Amino acid sequence: MSLATVIASINTLFISVVSHAAGGSFMPPQGTKVAEKVDSLYRFLAGASVISCILVFASMCIFAYQYRRRPGVKSAYISHNTLAEFLWSFIPFCIFMVAFAWGWYVYHDLRTMPKNAFEVHVHGQKWNWTFEYKSGRKSAGELYVPVNTPVRMIMDSADVIHSFYIPAFRTKQDVVPGRYSNIWFDIEKPGNYQVFCAEYCGQGHSAMLAKIHALPKDKFDEWLQNDPYKGLTPVQVGEAVFKARCTACHNATAEKKVGPGLQGVFGHQVDLEGGDKVTADENYIRESILYPAAKIVKGFPNAMTPFLGQLGEQELSGVIEYIKSLQ
Amino acid sequence: MATAQVVSEKNYLNESKGLWSWLTTLDHKRIGLLYMVAVLTFFLLGGLFAMLLRVELFAPGKTIMDASQYNQVMTLHGTIMVFMVIIPGIPAFLGNFILPLHIGAKDVAFPRINLLSWYCLITGASIAFFSLFKNGVDTGWTFYTPYSIQTSNGTTFVVLGAFVMGFSSILTGLNFIVTIHTLRAPGMSFWRLPLFVWALYSTAVIQVLATPILAITLLLIAAERLLGIGIFDPKLGGDPVLFEHFFWFYSHPAVYIMILPAMGVVSELITAFSHKTIFGYKAIAMSSIGIAAVSFFVWGHHLFVAGQSEVAGIVFSFITMLVGVPTAIKTFNWIATLYKGSIQFQSPMLFALGFLFLFTIGGVTGIILATIGVDVHFHDTYFVVAHFHYVMVGGTLMAIMGGIYYWFPKIFGRMYNEFWARVTFVLIFVGFNVTFYPQFVLGSMGMPRRYYDYLPEYTSLNRISSVGAWTIGTGFLIALFVIIHGLLKGKKAEMNPWGAKTLEWTTSSPPPHENFINEPIVTAGPYEYR
Ligand SMILES: [Cu+2]
Ligand SMILES: [Cu+2]
Repeated sequence: MSLATVIASINTLFISVVSHAAGGSFMPPQGTKVAEKVDSLYRFLAGASVISCILVFASMCIFAYQYRRRPGVKSAYISHNTLAEFLWSFIPFCIFMVAFAWGWYVYHDLRTMPKNAFEVHVHGQKWNWTFEYKSGRKSAGELYVPVNTPVRMIMDSADVIHSFYIPAFRTKQDVVPGRYSNIWFDIEKPGNYQVFCAEYCGQGHSAMLAKIHALPKDKFDEWLQNDPYKGLTPVQVGEAVFKARCTACHNATAEKKVGPGLQGVFGHQVDLEGGDKVTADENYIRESILYPAAKIVKGFPNAMTPFLGQLGEQELSGVIEYIKSLQ
Repeated sequence: MATAQVVSEKNYLNESKGLWSWLTTLDHKRIGLLYMVAVLTFFLLGGLFAMLLRVELFAPGKTIMDASQYNQVMTLHGTIMVFMVIIPGIPAFLGNFILPLHIGAKDVAFPRINLLSWYCLITGASIAFFSLFKNGVDTGWTFYTPYSIQTSNGTTFVVLGAFVMGFSSILTGLNFIVTIHTLRAPGMSFWRLPLFVWALYSTAVIQVLATPILAITLLLIAAERLLGIGIFDPKLGGDPVLFEHFFWFYSHPAVYIMILPAMGVVSELITAFSHKTIFGYKAIAMSSIGIAAVSFFVWGHHLFVAGQSEVAGIVFSFITMLVGVPTAIKTFNWIATLYKGSIQFQSPMLFALGFLFLFTIGGVTGIILATIGVDVHFHDTYFVVAHFHYVMVGGTLMAIMGGIYYWFPKIFGRMYNEFWARVTFVLIFVGFNVTFYPQFVLGSMGMPRRYYDYLPEYTSLNRISSVGAWTIGTGFLIALFVIIHGLLKGKKAEMNPWGAKTLEWTTSSPPPHENFINEPIVTAGPYEYR
């Protein structure tokens, strides 16, 4: 390879990096109007950053080369230059103020809750998200919402701080125990969007995921009226609940995760912290789900959040039947 | 700038012998070295944990450890690096050694308190280590409530350890302020102080004013855990967001405890190796003070999505932007210092230029994060991780390395191996960018921080990042050998190998017990390269 091709390829790489950085094309696809606004602001910031970095690096490299030490050449004695110093504080200041004002404008959109929004309650707990609709329908790990409708989430946490983050909508909000917090979005196209927990909350933090399914209005109304467990056997109901609520900490096999693996547990002896033993029957499993701190299995932390009040009778007995079926 | 000193055979290293003489020394130079040994040991440990984290993140899912081990290693890495390496790193180690030499003093104002603050660091670190290892604390270095109140029992002791280490910081800061005010050599007016001293002064003010807030907050956590009083835990009627306010009211200014001294070191390196007076001395000195003052009013930018009021968020965004101005002034003044200089590129200078490069990227991404409308997306993602590593590692650690190589001949009276020192620079600088640049991209894509496991689409960037981290690790290992080799086998150093103009270069290398045989009399500024 000749020097020219090396320089040319470095140049192409450089241009693609700059245009990527400045174009914000690493950001996930935009799901809302607000996301587009955030991205335009980010393009401005990234562009200004790239230009200022190039200015700094170029002058640094040029001076370093130009004024490298040579015998007999002494350095100049320049103590300061008031005009130059004024300019290079005032110009950045102006750019910062543009960034600030523009940021304020975008933030105002992100944080102004629309009136007459479609409301969904969100419950965060270690380590899953559940959603409760005003129709009485509940879902876990999967949030269904209509498109082209402002949706407001009213969020609370049962244990520690979590954060509801949807990269495609460029928005997140911490979910703090002891108070409600809000987030809103108005999705433009039907599709699936990833939700993360963005505030560190323990072992299952990186598994505390959810999916938003944006449906056309008619499909959504249909979904809202459905009985999710219609025609399912108790074991099937239990399996559905287990997959949505329990798999962050428990395997359906014998392998342990945060909590014990549940295969083969039912009907057998369980060793507890403190040396007691107990036989895993329906009542023991029910108690362990609703009041996990009552009996701690030997070798495991007391880390589970109580599910008291979170599961309906049908779901609870479904889960127990499902665990019984894991033999 | 002052008359050359008489060279003597006795120096602070061979004055007295034996481990006991070191452990009970009151000489600021020896205490500086005690800090060096402690900080380097902690750094190796914290670095080792970083390497383990990057092995785990080399692939999604379980690679070498499970989620709870990962969280413990992440906590170890953060706690060690913040409280035991970066905070004491420059002020307590380089500052302790250089500050009295810089101002022409025999020692710091309170030598006994100086030694006490080293023991505070060691005691606090021992308490923290004991608990971190024994109980597997997994709160991250931020100890957010209510998680830290509900998780393993060890948290109380780690928090207590950080509390004791905080006293080390407060006492060092107090000592420096009094030393700078009272022990300057005749003729050493404030406007003749080297810029490193100005930086240490600003840092000391933050240490003395901000650290007590952390101490009180940590005590409240301990009280909440032990006595069940309801301050932060909503189950007891407390408010977890209050903890975030308290914590960042200290920890944001602490960011400047970490970076201001680094800026001071860089000012020294750039003038010394450009053989040119600093451009805009007063602007650089005053911008240190300005940054220290404003740093107390920006903590809310850590709570943009935490549930503080929207007005508060906007105000904090505005004030945070203001910190950018003095920072920009410093950067441009350093660049202007290079202009028409007579520049040499020994390894300290390479690290100073590396600092400029990385710190600029850290700075502009800081402005992006201060812009509240964009921060909502980037908050708690890898973009933030990349940003603060560019500032803390790219900034502070580069300055520490440059400072160690620069003052090595003065501290030990020997030279290190220049070739291998340059190799460490190349490995650390290249490795650093390979590690952390991809993390900006991961953050834009939405990958949250403190994630043990990640979506498959993040794999390739995480791999690049891991390879970069191991390159940095190799660089630091070689640096350790360069230091040890120089210590044992290095050529004897002259009094002033770099031809620099500050006072420490007018006494012998290594300096005698009380620094100067004759008290120096200062007649000009610190950078008179005419
Ligand atoms: Cu989380
Ligand atoms: Cu901050």
